[in-house]
Formats: sequence, structure tokens, C-alpha cells
Amino acid sequence: MSGLQISFLEASARKRLIGLVDANSFTEFCPPEMRKTSPHLALLDIPLALDDGVIVGAATLAGHSILIAAQEGRFYGGAVGEVHGAKICGLLGKALTDRPSAVLLLVDSGGVRLHEANAGLIAISELVRSVLDVQAAGIPVFALVGGSCGAFGGMGIVTRLCDEVVMSEQGRLGLSGPEVIETVKGVEEFDSRDRALVWRVTGGKLRRAVGEATQLVDDLIPAFRSIAIKLTEKYQSQPLASIDLDSLLEKQAELVKRRARFERARDGLEIWQEVFSEPSCVPDMTVADFNRQLGVQA
Amino acid sequence: MNDQTIYDRLFGKGGHELIFNGLFLQGTARVGGQNVAVIGTRDHAAIDGSIALQITEAILNVVREDVASRTSPRSIILIADTQGQALSRHEELLGLNGYFAHIVKCVDLARRNGHKLLTIINGEAVSGGFLSYGMMADCICALPDAQVRVMDLRAMSRVTKISLERLETLAKESPVFAPGAENFWRMGGIHEIWKEQDDWPQRISNALAHITKADARAEIGLERGGRHFAAPISKLVAEA
Repeated sequence: MSGLQISFLEASARKRLIGLVDANSFTEFCPPEMRKTSPHLALLDIPLALDDGVIVGAATLAGHSILIAAQEGRFYGGAVGEVHGAKICGLLGKALTDRPSAVLLLVDSGGVRLHEANAGLIAISELVRSVLDVQAAGIPVFALVGGSCGAFGGMGIVTRLCDEVVMSEQGRLGLSGPEVIETVKGVEEFDSRDRALVWRVTGGKLRRAVGEATQLVDDLIPAFRSIAIKLTEKYQSQPLASIDLDSLLEKQAELVKRRARFERARDGLEIWQEVFSEPSCVPDMTVADFNRQLGVQA
Repeated sequence: MNDQTIYDRLFGKGGHELIFNGLFLQGTARVGGQNVAVIGTRDHAAIDGSIALQITEAILNVVREDVASRTSPRSIILIADTQGQALSRHEELLGLNGYFAHIVKCVDLARRNGHKLLTIINGEAVSGGFLSYGMMADCICALPDAQVRVMDLRAMSRVTKISLERLETLAKESPVFAPGAENFWRMGGIHEIWKEQDDWPQRISNALAHITKADARAEIGLERGGRHFAAPISKLVAEA
């Protein structure tokens, strides 16, 4: 039953996926029974997951056929290894033949799985190429980010390639995680234990305000489901525009402008000050209020 | 070898006009009598948003110029020398991953517009910095001294809580996690490693002549025996 008010953040990958799609519509590819586990983790004698931390398959969403992947952040931080990456790449390959209405990636990952780092990095670069191929075929790809690991490292790049990036306030998106920056550059550069700061730099509201996320929703599985339906239907009626020279020149100008506008900013508060009339209220705003005010002021 | 010596060896003395702007470089070189565009980074650059935008501006200019002049799209040689992404709260706040995704899209636009893409790793190629442009080429080649990695074993040992000795022992048999261009070659992540005594201009010509647009790295990794699972599992799902 997908109508239950279940937190997307707290749910497992499987629960999120099942709650998102139409009831009884999901078919899993390469399911746990096939036991395609990581041979590299096995070599290190560390625990395995029968799905290697990612679920992939086909389903319907309000009757539209979709392909969907969900990463399990509780298994080694949703990190991408050889098998894990190949499952998502295969799903994107299948999209080219099946031509679903959309591909949904429920990203919950710190990036490359260090135990198989080289395989993970190459896998993510293959994922990047695959996402671009699917988009070039006119099929939209959406990233949904609201898990405990967020979307970091190479998966932060994959997320930003997607045609839509849906986040909850609790979702986080970036390249290097706060812990990595603190370890290398020191606590004065980024205090990873200052949770409020971490959210002001990487969280859903900040990402939506700077334009890195396209949608901000409540941390509820039904909220993710209804936006996913809305977006799928949007691209049904208004087909995906291909990435061309003009659109990338426009993006270039936007990114140049962003750097100039926030030249010295190191805290989301400095962004709120530019975007909202009452910047101090932003952290406590409901998602509905936030979206309304952003819409008015954008 | 300093920069000048490297570029003289790659393109021949007088065979290149490159402009260095901090850690970024761009210009034109001749390969087999044809002009190619050269774009890249140097001195183990930590890639931040500014360098990312220099790379993308250069790529978009090459694409735009060739469209405007209706000439056949030039090959683009990407020089990768990067210690990875810049580690900075400011860069994260502005969405460095979004800037990297923009590089990826620009490189891919060049590919789809008919530009052949060749990466030459000179110096270091590390994780996110390598991923965003070097790994996006059709053919990825490493110079003899190239250092390629995600993370060094010492740091990996700290994060994974597996002893350094154990990692070092395992690294002798498996290419899957330890640094090294050879390991990436075995896994299909690097197409060619050039030797010191090779004729580098000849290798560039050959590589460009044999470029294919489809991403065959998983199959190459399988053939070379370094990556046994990526190709079959991807196929299993794609054909499910």
C-alpha cells in the first residue's frame, strides 16, 4: 500500500521502491535469488548483500511503464562496486530497447566503493555514458535523492546529469562529503559534525535554491511518488529536448553567473540572503512555503 | 620531463601552439598533418569550478567554431593531469558536482557532433577530476609515468579498516582496488599505456584512427581478464 505516510529517509531501498511504483507492478532483474554478490568483498571476507546494494527492475507508475533502480544506503553507504554498477548500467541499456516513459534512479550513495575502488570508478564512468545515451534516445532520467547517504562522489555527478533532480529537505547532494573535506583540509574548512551547517551546504533546500535540484518534496514516500508521476506525465506531453550547443552555452553562462554572484559564499545562509526576503526563516519553512516563496522570488 | 619537453615529444617541435593559463591549457597541435584541439590541465590540478568552466568554454568553442566554419569536426585531445576535485566548502556550496556534470555534457556533445576524443594522462589521474573529462574520451591513453588512482592504499586502509599489509598482499593478485595505470588497463578503464621508447605522435595517430564511439570498456576489461563481472551482469540485466 503506497498511501501510508512513510518517511523516505527511514525506509529501506526496497520499501522506497515498492512504495513509489504501482502496487504489484514491480519485476526485479537480477534479483537476490540469483546471488550476484560482489566477488571483491568476498575476497576481503566482509559481509555481502545478495543484491549488492542495489535493486533494479521494471514497473508501472500511474500506468506508465518505467525502469527503476534503488540504491541501499545501509549497505556500505550505497557505494558503487563492479556488480552494483553493472546492474544499473544494464538497466540503462535495457531502456534503449524497452523505451520506457522514464528511468528513475533512487540514488542513495557516497560514490565509489573503496574496497573495489578501480572497478567502482570505471563503473560510474560507464553509468555516466549510459545515462547520456538514454537521454539522447529521448527517454528522460530522473534522480530521487532523499536517503541517508545522499548523492555524493561520482553519484553526485550522475544525479546532476539527470533531467530532473527531486530532493527532500533531508536529502543531500554534493561531490566531496563533509567528512572527506574535514579530514584533508581541517575542521575550520568544514566541520562535518555541525549538522545544521552540513544541511545548509549540501541539503535539499540549498540545492533547490541554487538550481541544482529541480523539485523539493516532503520526506514521504507518497510525496516522491506523486512528483514522479507528475514528471513522467510532463515528459509524455512535452518530449525531452536534446542536449545541444545552445543549451550548453546557456548553462555555461548560468554557471559563470552563479560563481560571480556567490563569489565568497561558504554557508547556505549567504545564499538565503540573496534569494529570500526573510533568510532566517528558511530552515523552519515547510516545503510548501519554501516552494511558494522560491517561486515568487525566482 | 617538463611541460614543453612532453608536448614536443607528443606533437613534435613546432607542432603545437599551446597556451598555459594557470593550471589550464589549450591550443592547437598537428597530428598526421591535421589540426587537432588540445584542452586540459597541468601540475596535478585540483579541479574547481573555475577550471571546470575553462575546460567547458574551450570545448564549446571548438564545437561552435567547427559548426560555424562547416569544416569536419577536429579531433580533441584531452590532457588529464589532476589530483582530483578541489576539496572546499565554497565549491561544494556552489555545487561542484553540477559543474562536473556540465563538463561531462560538453564532452559528450563534442562526441555526438563528430569530434574524436582522445585522453592522454600526463602526471596524475585521480577519482572525480579524472572522471569528469579524462574518462569521458573515446580512447584513454597513459604516458609511462602516469599515476592513476582513486585513493592511495594507506588512506584506503584507514577508511576500510583493513590492514595495509593485507591490502598490499591482495593488490599483487587483484587489479580491483590498488593504484596504478596497469590495473586500470587490465580492467579496461585505460585503453593504452605508452612506453618511453614509443613514437608518441605515431601512437596518437593510430589511436585516433581506431576510435570507436561506443563504450566498450566492460568488454575490454573482460578480454584482458581484469573485470570479469561488469560485462556479463550488465548484459544479464539489459536482456532480462
